[in-house]
Amino acid sequence: MSEPLPDNVRPRTAATKLIFESGSPGRSAFIWPEEEKVPDAIPSSLMRREIGGFPELGELETLRHFTRLSQKNFSIESQFYPLGSCTMKYNPKINEVIARFPGFAQVHPLAPSDLLQGALALLFGMERMLAEISGMEHVSLQPSAGAQGELTGLMLIRACLTERGNPRKKIIVPDTAHGTNPASSTLCGYEVVQISSNDRGVIDAATLAAAMNEDVAAVMITNPNTLGLFETDIEAITERVHSRGGMVYLDGANLNALMGIAKPGHMGVDVLHMNLHKTFSTPHGGGGPGAGPIAVRNHLAEYLPVPRIVAAGNRFELQEDSPKSIGRVRSFFGNFGVIARAYAYILALGGEGLEDVSRMALLNANYIRKKLEKTYHLAYNEPCMHECIFTDRLQQRNGVSTLDIAKRLLDYGYHPPTIYFPLVVSGALMIEPTETETVETLDGFVEAMVAIAQEAKNNPQLVKSAPHTTPVKRLDEARAARKPVLRWESQS
Amino acid sequence: MRYTPHTAADQERMLREIGVESIEALYHHVPKTLRERGKINLPPGMSEHAVRKRLAALASENAAAGDWSLFLGGGIYNHFIPSAVDAVISRSEFATSYTPYQPEVSQGTLQALFEYQTLICQLTGMEVSNAAVYDGASATAEAVLMSRRIQPASRRQVLMSRSLHPQYRAVVRSYLKNLHGVILEEIPFDSTGATDVNRLAGQLDERSMCAVVGYPNFFGVIEDLRPIQALCAKAGAQLISVTAEPLSLGLLKPPAEFGVDIAVGEGQSLGVPMNLGGPAFGFFACQKKSVRSMPGRLVGETVDSEGRRGFVLTLATREQHIRREKATSNICTSQTLCALAATVFMSLMGKSGMRRLAEINLSRAHQARARLLQGTGLAEVFSGPYFNEFVLRAANLQELFAKCAAEKIIPGISLEKWYPDLKDSLLVCVTEMNEKEEIERLVRTIAR
Repeated sequence: MSEPLPDNVRPRTAATKLIFESGSPGRSAFIWPEEEKVPDAIPSSLMRREIGGFPELGELETLRHFTRLSQKNFSIESQFYPLGSCTMKYNPKINEVIARFPGFAQVHPLAPSDLLQGALALLFGMERMLAEISGMEHVSLQPSAGAQGELTGLMLIRACLTERGNPRKKIIVPDTAHGTNPASSTLCGYEVVQISSNDRGVIDAATLAAAMNEDVAAVMITNPNTLGLFETDIEAITERVHSRGGMVYLDGANLNALMGIAKPGHMGVDVLHMNLHKTFSTPHGGGGPGAGPIAVRNHLAEYLPVPRIVAAGNRFELQEDSPKSIGRVRSFFGNFGVIARAYAYILALGGEGLEDVSRMALLNANYIRKKLEKTYHLAYNEPCMHECIFTDRLQQRNGVSTLDIAKRLLDYGYHPPTIYFPLVVSGALMIEPTETETVETLDGFVEAMVAIAQEAKNNPQLVKSAPHTTPVKRLDEARAARKPVLRWESQS
Repeated sequence: MRYTPHTAADQERMLREIGVESIEALYHHVPKTLRERGKINLPPGMSEHAVRKRLAALASENAAAGDWSLFLGGGIYNHFIPSAVDAVISRSEFATSYTPYQPEVSQGTLQALFEYQTLICQLTGMEVSNAAVYDGASATAEAVLMSRRIQPASRRQVLMSRSLHPQYRAVVRSYLKNLHGVILEEIPFDSTGATDVNRLAGQLDERSMCAVVGYPNFFGVIEDLRPIQALCAKAGAQLISVTAEPLSLGLLKPPAEFGVDIAVGEGQSLGVPMNLGGPAFGFFACQKKSVRSMPGRLVGETVDSEGRRGFVLTLATREQHIRREKATSNICTSQTLCALAATVFMSLMGKSGMRRLAEINLSRAHQARARLLQGTGLAEVFSGPYFNEFVLRAANLQELFAKCAAEKIIPGISLEKWYPDLKDSLLVCVTEMNEKEEIERLVRTIAR
């Protein structure tokens, strides 16, 4: 397996030309038979020459190009994808069907609202369901992604505190937080104060209280945190933040662990975002589109983005007039197509089904944790929720790192866990199996991880030079950053 | 429905292996005060069939294109999408993969994004494009934030044309509100419907950070960016162009040729369904010298350990997962699947198809406007050149909407909500999807 294959027996997906390197001048897949007289309406100084370098291909060769590209991807439907903190669960097919209904996909957002009643009913219903799941009172579906939800939530906090007399200056963020938390804080005009988690991986109410003062606008907390641990002090933490006039933002990236088990609204959280592309099963799409709705308690409701959707009898209306609103964070209604998929998912599962999701997610994570705890070093010996974190400490004795283990997993046909995150764990391997995987799949993954640990002892070079079976081998990332080539350019 | 596969026997075996009695024991450390109230009070789950029926009923209450004649634009456009586009983005290898952090098993997504970046560069004439952001509005806000990073701190004034999409202006306002000392000014439009260049000239000075102008603008008017760029350059301000209808760039001079610093816009027109306004994607392009100030994901070319070409996410030191509070942006997703749709769309259209499709739009819109100004009582509002949208004034817009609704026509967008000074004005959009008979029907209906 470590021997490189000769070039003529490479997998046939090994090289795909760029779309610009294929085709032939004058070729096009676009035919429009009707005659159109082009009016002489635009001054020539505003007209372009031809689009230099643009593709010239037929339909079949275009399709073949993208089909071949697709075959170079790992995906949920082809591989187990235990990427921690990303919740790579099954994306149900019915959701794809309904999102493509002409009554959703072929509808314009600026049509009069009486011609959008079905869509508005869906959005209104979705807001109510997310409020129930999270234990909060009001929801805005406008944010396009988790990070935009964070920014929106902080804007609400800022608006509310400003009205109370002082927006304050700082946001407390634990060292285990997603990088978006501090980045969103800065974007909202706040300074970031980082606090450390304790040796059990969670935040002590005492540590928090020591950092908390009248300069602090809010604390951003992820629960379960990115170590997969439930913040057991959460009630004491939120109480202490509130007693000093601050607010609590909950990063809901890990809501998949909590449904039907505990509600953020009961933890003293003022605002949270939810990732529909994680907990509510919408496809990740290779990095978007997602959706990051936010849910708030009553005291933040009047600051929510406009328009709000309000029920008036059995009709729904768009309310733009909301003088304290922070305004808009994106155009139109947010990622409606993503919201519709998640709506179908919640309807399909119902309250009990969602609870089953979280329970099975915990079962799967704890199973993997147990099965690997003798082979890999467990970062924290605490009960885990929906994900568990190992490190490369044992394998480092043979010079094998987390990156090597991750790359070797590719040869075994598994997508690696999230690696080197959270930053507080050296050589982290963060495994989130999700609830939709069978025990046979988990066993297969465990076997691969155990086999790699054996290889790390007996044949470390095999692991260190992995992957061996992928369309390309390890890529030179330093070179890409040193002399960035960010587009194709014509040689001529 | 349940998508959880474990049988009772599986669960028992797993619990035994873990060494606990029950699943509840796995979360016994969650405080009891929370667990006691954790239950979700939602109706029981539904069968796939029942879900489909429920959603179909909701969908039937919306005015879908095809069933209705839509003359709606304003940032979202009803365009032809070849069937091949959905065929590609429906492939689960694309749809159900994650952000390509493991490049060895993500070359499909990475190469497609590299091609996307190239296509956007070709279309806009700019040197660098990122791998897409949320939408046109947030792309505009991110462009202003980028300008703020590039310009000296003394340049705090952002000049936004009032002919820029009102929702984009609203998003820029929200994004900037909390950043210390940024001043936002709006520049009026003139009788052509374009940015009033004299008023802009009067505002530009050594405090100006950037000017933001629609191209074409919200009224469909094709702004001449040349004098605007000259004024900005003279004052040391940057120019940001915002294109909500990128199909127009099949015909129009690319923003780079006017010397804009940042070219952004909404990509929906390029192969993404209207979807009630989302998801689609925002495109974001600039010149090489500013690449390290850019927000969002970037894909770069490199080689593997055997010297073969491959692609990776690159220049990540700008980004939140590395730089945290010092990142250029908090953004961590691009709208990859929508950007992929645009990549397939532009590849299928190709060099000649993009121009042809743009010409058809230009042609249909100009025919329609000429017809609508004959005997319908509608009047011209702006005199500037336009692509596929234009503004007309009616005697009574409410009445006009009612007449059209009876014929299942939505004649356009009423502008009064955003522009009280444009009372009874209608933004009409005509694309290749509006057949000639449909245009005639619109004319007849209004004339009645």
